[in-house]
Amino acid sequence: MSVLVNKNSRVIVQGFTGKEGTFHAEQMIAYGTNVVGGVTPSKGGQTHLGLPVFDTVYAAVQATQADVSIIFVPPAFGADAIMEAADAGVKVIVCITEGIPVQDMMRAKAFVEDKKVRLIGPNCPGIITAEEAKIGIMPGFVFKKGNIGIVSKSGTLTYEASDQVVKAGLGITTAIGIGGDPIIGTTTKEAVELLMNDSETEGIIIIGEIGGNLEAEAARWIKANGNKKPVVGFIAGQTAPKGRKMGHAGAIVGGAEDTAEAKMQIMRECGIHVVASPAEIGATMAAVLKK
Amino acid sequence: MNLHEYQAKELLSRYGVPVQRGLVAYTAEEAVSNYAQLQQTTGTKWAVVKAQIHAGGRGKGGGVKLAKNADEVREKAGNIIGMMLKTPQTPGGMDGEGKLVRKVLITEDVYYPNAEGKMDTKEFYMSILTDRATKTNVIVYSTEGGMDIEKVAEETPHLVHKEYAHPHLGIQGYQMRKIAFNLGLSGAAFKSMVKFVEQLYNAYTQADCALIEINPCLKTSDDKIIAADGKITLDGNALYRHPDLAAYRDTDEEDPTEVEAGSFDLNFVKLDGNVGCMVNGAGLAMATMDIIQLSGGQPANFLDVGGTADAKRVENAFRIILKDPNVKAILINIFGGIVRCERVAQGVIDAYNNIGNIQVPIIVRLQGTNADIAKELIDKSGLAVHSAITLQEAADLVKKLVK
Repeated sequence: MSVLVNKNSRVIVQGFTGKEGTFHAEQMIAYGTNVVGGVTPSKGGQTHLGLPVFDTVYAAVQATQADVSIIFVPPAFGADAIMEAADAGVKVIVCITEGIPVQDMMRAKAFVEDKKVRLIGPNCPGIITAEEAKIGIMPGFVFKKGNIGIVSKSGTLTYEASDQVVKAGLGITTAIGIGGDPIIGTTTKEAVELLMNDSETEGIIIIGEIGGNLEAEAARWIKANGNKKPVVGFIAGQTAPKGRKMGHAGAIVGGAEDTAEAKMQIMRECGIHVVASPAEIGATMAAVLKK
Repeated sequence: MNLHEYQAKELLSRYGVPVQRGLVAYTAEEAVSNYAQLQQTTGTKWAVVKAQIHAGGRGKGGGVKLAKNADEVREKAGNIIGMMLKTPQTPGGMDGEGKLVRKVLITEDVYYPNAEGKMDTKEFYMSILTDRATKTNVIVYSTEGGMDIEKVAEETPHLVHKEYAHPHLGIQGYQMRKIAFNLGLSGAAFKSMVKFVEQLYNAYTQADCALIEINPCLKTSDDKIIAADGKITLDGNALYRHPDLAAYRDTDEEDPTEVEAGSFDLNFVKLDGNVGCMVNGAGLAMATMDIIQLSGGQPANFLDVGGTADAKRVENAFRIILKDPNVKAILINIFGGIVRCERVAQGVIDAYNNIGNIQVPIIVRLQGTNADIAKELIDKSGLAVHSAITLQEAADLVKKLVK
């Protein structure tokens, strides 16, 4: 099983011929991802990395039957790229782009919801189904195959968590980087639900951050759903001051429920194994799985 | 990016939002000439002198004063310009050192009687922000204006109303009427409020604001609705399409080290602790701050060096962190993914040698591709650098060094 993407996913790259698009497309192909082409407006008809380039996502989908798109365009064009992909009929859109204006993203999010397309990100490391498909910018070697799913707002902290999981003798089914922006396509709860319903996934790790209510919403859903699988949680930003943006656009404490402490409390009350130290994520997962 | 009140009012005026008029002054003499000019253009009798800093609650610390003639304008502007203004929102709050006031806004007096000589003003609260849960823009408003809205929401939540705008269609007529009715308005004031809300919403979306807060939003005695104060935060990601608004940035209001870090394209937030840190990725950077605290230290900063972490960036980051005399140790935490660890290690060694004479102990934790080669490189460099591979090892080193 695994979720969202696997070795059969047919992937196109938006922003294919740019520096980022080229570098990461090469990395994804080297990992074994089935990349079938890419899109760069006005470069349609060319060949890049041995694959066809199209002017529009629509043309790319028609020609390649792509069902997944990954976006590497600059922030000013990010929302437009998301809507183009949603309109062209792909099933999963992964937007890596960081820095899309909030008002643009608000409109794109409503558009994607109308089209019933799954959007991951923006401002995220992407998704990886271990040893099958890497649709993102993460270092593939960190994600050894196993039975743990990861849902995370952060990039490098996801790699850290996966590394700890592997060193604890376990491995990964799918890791979903949902992104650190205030408005994102797939919420923590939605990503957790996918992993909860995946027969291969036996345990789930949630990596959250200060700001917003996504972790609390996921925790309450997990409890209402009957705590079917063990969940380990970590919230970054226990030491972050109020009212300051900590790197990610969404990582800011406004109200009382935005704090790491409040989120950790709610998660604990919902039966999640919350770790205070990010060094204990992997070992805790291994320990609770043995119980 | 935060704006001053006078900049917020300029922005709002461009979108047709009626505001309390005023002119900014940098000296007491300029304040007096602004007052004369305001009397001519607005017919105001008195003026209000308002300190312009990036913090709310200015009245509480003596940063807002009424002046009834030119001498009072000179005196009050003179007192406020150059003062260290303490408000509940300046660093350290009312007991802190406050913030230097460099300029004041001289505004018209909008609390005047109507044609029958009767005072009939009402103060409302109105703000627009992006609601993360509903992914829409929300208008928050209340009859309880001129007060701390968080307190109103806590004590009398039924007096705080919200109206959510459709992400594609924007705020609708029935919603604007509902707002005006809920604020208890009728007649000319009702019509003014409907228009006010529409223009305020346009300003919010078209100028890519992240927050507009009007407190008080004033009904004057002659039934006009005006923004008597204005606080605006702009979406930094959208400034590329508003170069005129980007020019409003006032680096005097920011921490000088943060400004410098920004010029190196480093994401840096200054904190009060004793252990500096340098990390790749925002989430891992926050987690590193947390682990510093769990190990008995206090984080001195947040610093995301980004994905590349080459020698030049590491060197700039070192220099920024070392500016803080409270820093007793530095923890470098890099998860080398696509960038190989030995390259980051070489960058650290080069940066260390370039700066020279670094007095504080450095802990370097490199994990990921070729972490063992990187550790060997650091251990053999002869520098006074402690190396670690796992996060726990790094935490233990912090514990040992800050004891």
